[in-house]
Amino acid sequence: MNRNVKDTIFEGLTGISVLLIIFIIVSILAITIVGGWPNLNWTFLSEFPKDGMTKGGIFPAIVGTAVMTIIMAIAAVPFGVITAIYLAEYASEKSVIAKIIRFAVKTLAVVPSIIFGLFGLGFFIGFIGKNMDGLLNGGELRWGQPNILWASLTMALLTLPVVIVSVEEAIRTIPREMREASLALGATKWQTIRKVVLPGSVSGILTGTILAVSRGAGEVAPILFTGAAYFLSNLPHSLSDQFMSLGYHIYIMSTQSSNVDATQPIQFATTLVLLLLTFSLNAVAVTLRYRIRKKAK
Amino acid sequence: MNNIKVKVKDLSLRYGTNLALKNITMDIPEKMVTAFIGPSGCGKSTFLRTLNRMNDLIDNVTIEGEVYIDNINIYDKNIDVVNLRKKVGMIFQKSNPFAKSVYENIAFGPRINGISQKSVLDEIVERSLKQAAIWDEVKDRLFNSALSLSGGQQQRICIARSLAVNPDIILMDEPASALDPISTAKIEELIHELKQDYTIIIVTHNMQQAARTSDLTALFYMGDLVEMNKTEIIFSNPAKKQTEDYISGRFG
Ligand SMILES: Nc1ncnc2c1ncn2[C@@H]1O[C@H](COP(=O)(O)OP(=O)(O)OP(=O)(O)O)[C@@H](O)[C@H]1O
Ligand SMILES: [Mg+2]
Repeated sequence: MNRNVKDTIFEGLTGISVLLIIFIIVSILAITIVGGWPNLNWTFLSEFPKDGMTKGGIFPAIVGTAVMTIIMAIAAVPFGVITAIYLAEYASEKSVIAKIIRFAVKTLAVVPSIIFGLFGLGFFIGFIGKNMDGLLNGGELRWGQPNILWASLTMALLTLPVVIVSVEEAIRTIPREMREASLALGATKWQTIRKVVLPGSVSGILTGTILAVSRGAGEVAPILFTGAAYFLSNLPHSLSDQFMSLGYHIYIMSTQSSNVDATQPIQFATTLVLLLLTFSLNAVAVTLRYRIRKKAK
Repeated sequence: MNNIKVKVKDLSLRYGTNLALKNITMDIPEKMVTAFIGPSGCGKSTFLRTLNRMNDLIDNVTIEGEVYIDNINIYDKNIDVVNLRKKVGMIFQKSNPFAKSVYENIAFGPRINGISQKSVLDEIVERSLKQAAIWDEVKDRLFNSALSLSGGQQQRICIARSLAVNPDIILMDEPASALDPISTAKIEELIHELKQDYTIIIVTHNMQQAARTSDLTALFYMGDLVEMNKTEIIFSNPAKKQTEDYISGRFG
């Protein structure tokens, strides 16, 4: 086959895949906006669900998702950043520990999210929670059941590999010359990390973690058995309370509701809110990266 | 000849199994400029980096032999490498200022040494930039990013940055190889100034530069030190045929 023909075919294929991706994105956006926008108003955002969840708003689900996301970030980000620093800066190529960590990270990244949910149920609730109740509450049931803490921690486990990988990548973008410059001035390794490597990779670290966290914000499977509730008439007051979440809310309304058709407008509007939430987190990441890049120039 | 500042004894270095330096022995005098020349891959940079133990950072490097700086073996077990590197500054081939302001670049070393008082830092920054002959060019943009400067200016910023930690010895690995002739001339002039106060060791590919700037010249070839002597002698009347061939451009 002639070179030009091959090029044309390849270009054609590239063009088709680009169009396909754009088509998918536009369809998702169009469907959710068309279906959800008319139902999106202040009442919807600020009220509890009513009438067997066929009316009213999604306020508790918004709060639940936000709180869960924050707890998840508090747990996953520092841990992930520290692990990434260890992998990128301290572990040698041949280090067995580093190899084990990398293997674990890779494996965790491909584990289906429902498995994380089951693990959370068995480990956090069945093991840690039960033992906490035995030790702290004299056996009275408090921590040994689903709650927002266990759900957030389960979610943190799910996002951890993504955080580790993206932070390590960000750290590795700092060229060796920068580290050498610092070390040659008599800086210790830790000073070099703190004053040269981390400041230089902060935009990558922030973007990576925000993307990882925003991905987790919409997940349902990991919180299914670990803390999400079908309906609650109160917001969570403590870490041992259950919570409502946007993703779970969409799931139950489209599958478990007694009247799926009646909830359809709510489903669309909730989906729209969830998309807006994750998009705005991504927008924050992009803006941060842009600002920091501009400042570095 | 001045006092001996650096005394190297039977130094060999391997990258894995590859022997990159073979039994190097040499004396480097204080407050003079010593140049290392030789064809690409002969071990000049490797040798330079043994003097501030920069090769420690590379996996798989094994070093035998001794390097005495002020009569202390820097490969001794209880040597603090961080302190050693404060005493032995290094300028790299590719200028590598931090992505920070000019001021913060210079203040970096003093800051990690615990100096945080602004007036003291200001004074060090000004003094170091003046010493590196770049004060006039940057005094109005101390708080602009160092990356916005020209290549030659960046390299002098790097020199100023290393002067700010008060080293005794400055190692320069082809500091002007990426610069235009005017910037190169400025760096050479600066080397001439700095040797009043510092011991300077410079790697260069450029034979004229070695001839112009150095007091002593050492020729390396495939990990061996071929010959070391006063620069005039190396360039006019070398003892070894190999040196003569290299100087006259017959190999390398
Ligand atoms: N990090 C490294 N790992 C393995 N081998 C290396 C490493 N650095 C240098 N070498 C090898 O050691 C030898 C000496 O290299 P070195 O960089 O010291 O040469 P050089 O004289 O500075 O050359 P140039 O003039 O090109 O800079 C070369 O054979 C090189 O391939
Ligand atoms: Mg070199």
